[in-house]
Amino acid sequence: MKRRLITFGRIIQTGVLNFMRNVGIAAAAIAVMVVTLTILLMSVVINSTFSNTIAQITSKIDISVYLKDSDSQTQVNKLLSDLKALPNTQSVQYLNKQQVLAQYEQQNAGNQQLQLAINETSNPLPATIHIKTKNLNEIAGIKSFLVKPDIAALQSNPPSYSGSLEKAINNITHATNILRELGVIAVIVFAVICALIIFNTIQMAIFNRRDEIQIMRLLGASTSYIRGPFVVESAIYGILAAVASILIINFLFVTASSTLQATTLGLLNIGYANNYFDDHFWLFLTMQIVIGIMIGAVSATIATRRYLKFKIK
Amino acid sequence: MILLDRVTKTYSKAMGPALNRVSLHIEPKEFVIVVGQSGAGKTTLLRLLTREEMPSSGKIIIGGIDYDKLKDKDIPLVRRKIGVVFQDFKLLPNRSVFENVSFALEIVGASSHEIKNMVPRVLEIVNLKGKDKNMPLELSGGERQRVAIARAIVRQPRILIADEPTGNLDPKHAWDVIKVLEKINRFGTTVLLTTHNVAIVNKLKRRVVTLEHGKLTSDRAHASYKL
Repeated sequence: MKRRLITFGRIIQTGVLNFMRNVGIAAAAIAVMVVTLTILLMSVVINSTFSNTIAQITSKIDISVYLKDSDSQTQVNKLLSDLKALPNTQSVQYLNKQQVLAQYEQQNAGNQQLQLAINETSNPLPATIHIKTKNLNEIAGIKSFLVKPDIAALQSNPPSYSGSLEKAINNITHATNILRELGVIAVIVFAVICALIIFNTIQMAIFNRRDEIQIMRLLGASTSYIRGPFVVESAIYGILAAVASILIINFLFVTASSTLQATTLGLLNIGYANNYFDDHFWLFLTMQIVIGIMIGAVSATIATRRYLKFKIK
Repeated sequence: MILLDRVTKTYSKAMGPALNRVSLHIEPKEFVIVVGQSGAGKTTLLRLLTREEMPSSGKIIIGGIDYDKLKDKDIPLVRRKIGVVFQDFKLLPNRSVFENVSFALEIVGASSHEIKNMVPRVLEIVNLKGKDKNMPLELSGGERQRVAIARAIVRQPRILIADEPTGNLDPKHAWDVIKVLEKINRFGTTVLLTTHNVAIVNKLKRRVVTLEHGKLTSDRAHASYKL
């Protein structure tokens, strides 16, 4: 056990020394790894920011159902309980004619002409049901319920769906889905390029040290002792690339937001993205380091398997 | 200690076998010299013993380990029990004498304490005391070969294989190396030396195994030799 620990320590030590010797050759591998990890983290942050924007807009949207004055309280109560039972309904609020009028007067308190006009007539506003949805993308279920003939017969006007906001949400959702797919494709493409460059880097390192490796083999070094330093060296690329990617994203969100002096950039809420990044900084750093180490170590393991042949003729 | 039973190694059918049904039995603590012209099969024989090559047919048993049953992953364990000295030294040029010797201990997980204890003792045995900080390029051919011997014996192997260790040396340095090998043999290590240096063979008066065109043509104790 003690010898294994000593050997493990030597593998780490040799890996670090080799990294310092090969840092020039490794620059390309590290650079591509930085790009890969930066795209990955950017995708995560942007995806979360867009999801937050959608959630915020969705919470402001409701469906308004306008009832006829002739509807009985029993009919209204049944409609309310049926609406509550729908799977996508988050909340249902019923306002009778007086409450609707009071709300309208409150919203238009500054408009005295409008107040006078309303007072001159009997209350023209219908009793209204406000429905908040859980998920705007699944609003179709509520729509189809409201257009049923027996339900439509209770309504004085067609329901309102806060149309413009729905369109905005659809646009953001569409953009998020495209970005997510592009992010996944970009991460996969760059991870493969990264692995190929690491292969090449390790192949060069193995070529440069072929005499040493041959001597190590003849002296009885185990496969893991020969392979280990290459894996450690590539894992160091991953750690450095992870730290660099975090610094780049920090620069983009923190420095760029203060430079632009704006909280949003198009649909992207920079303020939220910045806070989200800050709140999850250590999680992201850990995630990037783990992924960086994995890309480096797995690539090195495959590369050494390919270029260090241990089979005996 | 070393047993070869009708061992044949063929690289290509057109060239014929490099070793042809060679049988050999070496007892523990023996000092055996394998002689033969270039191309006689000496190096092939040693490469089979260090498991760099597999025989085309026949059986090899070293230190009780049957090579037929040896798995690839266990090859390093076998090599750790055999010290090997190469004609071209195979030293690491960017490491000092001390580091070259300690390298053999590092790869088997020896502690720093063991390394600091063992390496100077072995360098003293091969008469390289005080040269531990020198780089290989600062040494003569004989000194470099003695570093290679120190590296081969530092793990106290039961078998030492020396492949033409004097091939690149002048007579004086060649004899220095042979004296070190004799000293190691006196400590109880089985030594298998390949050479075509007639003077060394005749002066050593040890068991001589002769290979010609891949065949073992003679095996005599305390023999002298003529090319």
